[in-house]
Amino acid sequence: MKSFKQLKGLVFPLDRANVDTDAIIPKQFLKSIKRSGFGPYLFDEWRYLDHGEPDMDCTKRPLNPDFLLNQTRYRTAQILLARDNFGCGSSREHAPWAIEGFGFQVIIAPSFADIFFGNCYKNGLLPIVAPADLVERLFRESLASEAYLLEVDLERQKVTLPSGDAFGFDITPHRKHCLLNGLDEIGLTLQQADKIRAFEARHKSAQPWLFA
Amino acid sequence: MAGKTLYDKLWDSHIVSEESDGTCLIYIDRHLMHEVTSPQAFEGMRLASRLPWRKDSIVAVADHNTPTDHWEKGIEEPIARLQVETLDTNIKEFGALVYFPFKHENQGIIHVIGPENGTTLPGMTVVCGDSHTSTHGAFGTLAHGIGTSEVEHVLATQTLVAKKSKCMLVRVEGNLGQGVTAKDIALAVIGRIGTAGGTGFAIEFGGTAIRSLSMEGRMTVCNLAIEAGARAGLIAPDEKTVAYLKGRTFSPKGQDWDRAVAYWATLPSDVDASFDAMVELKAEDIAPQVTWGTSPEQVLAVGGRVPNPAAEADPIRRLGIERALHYMGLTADMPITEIKVDKVFIGSCTNSRIEDLRAAAGIAKGRQKAASVNQVLVVPGSGQVKRQAEAEGLDKIFTAAGFEWREPGCSMCLAMNADRLIPGERCASTSNRNFEGRQGPGGRTHLVSPEMAAAAAIAGHFVDVRNLY
Ligand code: SF4
Repeated sequence: MKSFKQLKGLVFPLDRANVDTDAIIPKQFLKSIKRSGFGPYLFDEWRYLDHGEPDMDCTKRPLNPDFLLNQTRYRTAQILLARDNFGCGSSREHAPWAIEGFGFQVIIAPSFADIFFGNCYKNGLLPIVAPADLVERLFRESLASEAYLLEVDLERQKVTLPSGDAFGFDITPHRKHCLLNGLDEIGLTLQQADKIRAFEARHKSAQPWLFA
Repeated sequence: MAGKTLYDKLWDSHIVSEESDGTCLIYIDRHLMHEVTSPQAFEGMRLASRLPWRKDSIVAVADHNTPTDHWEKGIEEPIARLQVETLDTNIKEFGALVYFPFKHENQGIIHVIGPENGTTLPGMTVVCGDSHTSTHGAFGTLAHGIGTSEVEHVLATQTLVAKKSKCMLVRVEGNLGQGVTAKDIALAVIGRIGTAGGTGFAIEFGGTAIRSLSMEGRMTVCNLAIEAGARAGLIAPDEKTVAYLKGRTFSPKGQDWDRAVAYWATLPSDVDASFDAMVELKAEDIAPQVTWGTSPEQVLAVGGRVPNPAAEADPIRRLGIERALHYMGLTADMPITEIKVDKVFIGSCTNSRIEDLRAAAGIAKGRQKAASVNQVLVVPGSGQVKRQAEAEGLDKIFTAAGFEWREPGCSMCLAMNADRLIPGERCASTSNRNFEGRQGPGGRTHLVSPEMAAAAAIAGHFVDVRNLY
């Protein structure tokens, strides 16, 4: 997995609540058996005026001028600012794959849907839960600015605004450790293989029908 | 010491290890798989030269991309076919307890075939790369959706890295009126707590109205727990659970059965257990529900009127209502019963079980689809459901009413196959998500119960199904 340590990145504000994973990456792109290549189809139905299908060359498709992400100034955005319940709906990991594929590394929102939140960490994306009034301020300031940059420091669990104001965020030590070091969680878990085997033996004698 | 909830018992009995920050390694008993969220996980296994920890925990099926008619033609779209064939190859290479490939007589939606084969049992942990895995919680099972990286993690280690959720009790007391269903309970709950109301929680459903539901109805309720933001829905196992499971292909047999039944009886929440949150609804207050917007929480009783954004004080919510009304092509304050439908979809892991089809057929019997309705699809949840329905003559009732009787699969729930809405089309659907474009780009979805869907097909617009009995 990719590691994440710190970033000074451009903010793209997505001013909608309850953005679901169907909107992040529509289902026709889920037919792919690959793990990459979803970036061009991020927010497909909002971003383009035509109907997207897998393997389309997106550089030739008509862009929706009303969708903010299409403005030249957001081409290099790395921080996605969102509203409540971001990533709700389907568990598709294609959603973080598409967000990461576009170039985002951090998502800031007042709240996230559970499954999506967990999926982010597996893909080197850092989701940050921020208080509602602060998110409000970030929306206001970023929408009013040509290039609004935030500094995110995972080690110190801190986000610094252009004004110098800063806020902290929570992350479990386990997730922080994995993200900072880009660790493969499977390898880490397999270090506990003996414990898993011991548990399995106890479980089997208690509920043998589960192993029939 | 306070007693334990069902959720506590399920969680505690599966902890392999626990870190100081509360992160746990949880043992997984059952791993359900389908073609959409598994290929990258198998590919990861292959690249790392890993083998499944326990291949006999795997139950797999092709369901999302498969067509629901003309099976003899196979899957015509090449990339969809490749995805289904990739699952065939992966299961052949890595193994499974049981696999239902495309065209197998027992093929169907993963959340329908798991329970009907007895591969979902009380006391288990069940995962699948699919958010509606919450369905299986109806059996007193800790069941939730996971992402593809976690699918790979479970394949390789039989465990999941997770933190315990909080637990919410949703209690529904009293008697449901005729024509009011498990679907209406679930939609009413979502309407009450919102699509993020259950975030961070596992929801246990209890109360007399829940106890009186059949296993099919309980699955519908738990299926929709994810639409309330909860990863898991739970209902305590009881005599109905036991009766449903007895004799199923993979249910325990002989002595194991007796031991299992005795164990399952210990699972319900203790009387002195405490919950982190509690919501109560009266069954008598619940009317048939219809969603009007593009989020399941945008839901109303059938007698209601579409909301007026001008009446909403909160600016973000007002914008949400305006956007939804625009997308859905509705005017503020219009009565729900004046909304006309173009298509009707009866199916999905929410409402495609035998009881759902019986309920829809009960309304369709001796009646005719409205001429203004372009298509009514009835898609059974599995091969077993299909055969049972045909044995009861339900297919004849549907076709006589002008409905189409299809082969099992996910179908127009998410429109990955050819069954879909065209832009602007409006659908009464028994599925679970009314998101923009969910049933086809530009399509407009209203979530309802099977009874309400059949009634809309007959009338051409939404009607209160209670007037049709
Ligand atoms: S029926 Fe719909 S919700 Fe259920 S598994 Fe299939 S696509 Fe997902």
